Amino acid sequence: MSETIIHVENVCKYYGINKNAAVKMLNEGVEKDTIYKKTGVAVALHNVSFDVKKGEIFTIIGLSGSGKSTMIRCLNLLHRPTSGKILFKGKDISEYDKPELLDFRRHKITMVFQNFGLMSHRDVLGNVAYGLEIRGVPKAEREKKAMEMIEMVGLSGWEHQPISSLSGGMRQRVGIARALANEPEILLMDEPFSALDPLVRQDMQFELLALQRKLGITVVFITHDINEAFKLGDTVAIMRDGKVIQIDTPENMSANPTDDYVRAFIESADKSKVFRVSQVMEIPTCMMRLHDGISHALNEMKRNGVSSIYVVGDHMKLEGIITLDGLLKIRQENRPLKEIIVKDIPTTTRDTLISDVLPLAAEAKYPIAVVDDQGVLEGIVTKAAVLTSLL
Amino acid sequence: MEFLLKFPFRWDIDMDAIDEAVRGFSVRHAAFFDVIKVGLREFVSLLQTMLGWVPWWLLILLVALAGWKISGSKKIGLLYGAMLFFIGLIGYWDLMNITLSIVLASVVISLLLGLPLGILISGNEKANTIARPILDTMQTMPVFVYLIPAVMFFSLGNAPAVIATTIYAIVPVIRLTSHAIRQVDPEVIEAAKAFGSTKSQTLWKVQIPQALPTIMAGVNQTLMMAMSMVVTCSMIGARGLGNEVLIAVNRSEISRGIFSGTAVVIIAILMDRLTQGWVKNDGVKQS
Repeated sequence: MSETIIHVENVCKYYGINKNAAVKMLNEGVEKDTIYKKTGVAVALHNVSFDVKKGEIFTIIGLSGSGKSTMIRCLNLLHRPTSGKILFKGKDISEYDKPELLDFRRHKITMVFQNFGLMSHRDVLGNVAYGLEIRGVPKAEREKKAMEMIEMVGLSGWEHQPISSLSGGMRQRVGIARALANEPEILLMDEPFSALDPLVRQDMQFELLALQRKLGITVVFITHDINEAFKLGDTVAIMRDGKVIQIDTPENMSANPTDDYVRAFIESADKSKVFRVSQVMEIPTCMMRLHDGISHALNEMKRNGVSSIYVVGDHMKLEGIITLDGLLKIRQENRPLKEIIVKDIPTTTRDTLISDVLPLAAEAKYPIAVVDDQGVLEGIVTKAAVLTSLL
Repeated sequence: MEFLLKFPFRWDIDMDAIDEAVRGFSVRHAAFFDVIKVGLREFVSLLQTMLGWVPWWLLILLVALAGWKISGSKKIGLLYGAMLFFIGLIGYWDLMNITLSIVLASVVISLLLGLPLGILISGNEKANTIARPILDTMQTMPVFVYLIPAVMFFSLGNAPAVIATTIYAIVPVIRLTSHAIRQVDPEVIEAAKAFGSTKSQTLWKVQIPQALPTIMAGVNQTLMMAMSMVVTCSMIGARGLGNEVLIAVNRSEISRGIFSGTAVVIIAILMDRLTQGWVKNDGVKQS
């Protein structure tokens, strides 16, 4: 068994004035919302305890408002716990004086943020070198280190680009490089991949695992995605209403959920039962109006590299689909467009579960059109999007 | 009935006594105000001398080049140069330098006081609560009201003009500096803290650079307001183009009014475009 690097014991965090009354009500088992209404005290964390072992990925999962973001910010004292102890290698971090706290943040623990927290006035290199800069590392040395980190996260050649020219995935790579440049012992990650596309997210998860194994760094990882938590976590903690409900390995948690809430969470790990069409649908790029001509339709198809085009009437009402074959046929025979509109096409609505669209997607020849109850075209779902959402 | 129709109360304010008290105050502390007055006057004439060193063709060339660089169009550069040339052509070059030196003096003082004040207010809720109504008052008080105490304490001339202009023009730089720093993405500030930045490191390395485009917009506004106030200040003896406008009004000389007014407009436009272009170029580099 490896050693414990962070020990969290009975940490509580309340916002508000009348804390004693709130604590009393909490001990009587009153719900957090009721407490807030009666005392004006918001309970962010209540008696949270856990141990993080050196070199592991510790994931904390919970819905928004469960206190997970507050918890991770207590670990580097961005938030101060109201009560309780947080020990780093056996020493209580809340007893650090100012220089000790700065030193702790500069050398031992760094953080990656959900919306990246990058500085738009600095280029990639300037962002990655920031942590070293403020602890006084000379310019040549910190830039050398930063370049190594940029290369490690696969952004070589981008070091002098402004942040605005980077995609979301690349920005988070910068965020990770910045956090690793300080060579911390602990890396805090607050929903680092939540703002990214599903496919990019998977890449990043994979790369994070590889990096973590290579560097042997301890990671505390916050997420609201159970799949992500299980995939990355050596240990998973589930939080609800400011309390930790269960801490276990992913395997044990799947096998023995403590209560129904945990069970429900684990069941949702099958994404097709959670994801809805609206989460995977795309804006239809290839579209034409009823009265547009044949050449317009052909151009649109050519431009988008597809062999079918959606036809919409007034107010984006879906009329049907026109295929390239049909178009070529009537172009020679000079017949009106109307004749070749395929009206019988698969449609779905945005609130349909992915599991329900699956059979449709498997058989469909064209992307599935997403329409509302008025028949207005809202988007399309491609077969690829449905299938990748399940990975 | 009369009681309901007409406001029945009246507080008899002894205005004379108030005036007398203020006057007495200014006389008692005349030595103190004199130091400020002389200091300001010297500052303005120093700026004026420095502006006088710049030959006319060099200034026109610089403005044209700056206009070209900022707008990316040669035509606009030429236009700016031509506008400045026109001021010289109608015989207002020296008056322009006087006006510019008063504006510059006021803007320099506004920035020296306003930037730190804005930073202070941004980081302190209490200071912000106190400052807001004061700033509102400073901005909405009719500008002529400033002229009276300025004259009382600093007599006539460029010194009270700089004071009155500063009071009027300092507001936007304070406001926008404070606003700019407050609206920096909280997550970016959190990141700065999480990496162990001290308060001043967070301020200088993150908050101010992130806020800079908006701060520069405040500087631009301060400059514009100083330009407009300096004309009003001709009423308390500020020389320069404003004085020319005042003479035209007093003598009902339409042509003099139009030419001097045009010169003021040209200077204002040039200063606005050049500083704004600088802000924009800066912003592109940043984002």
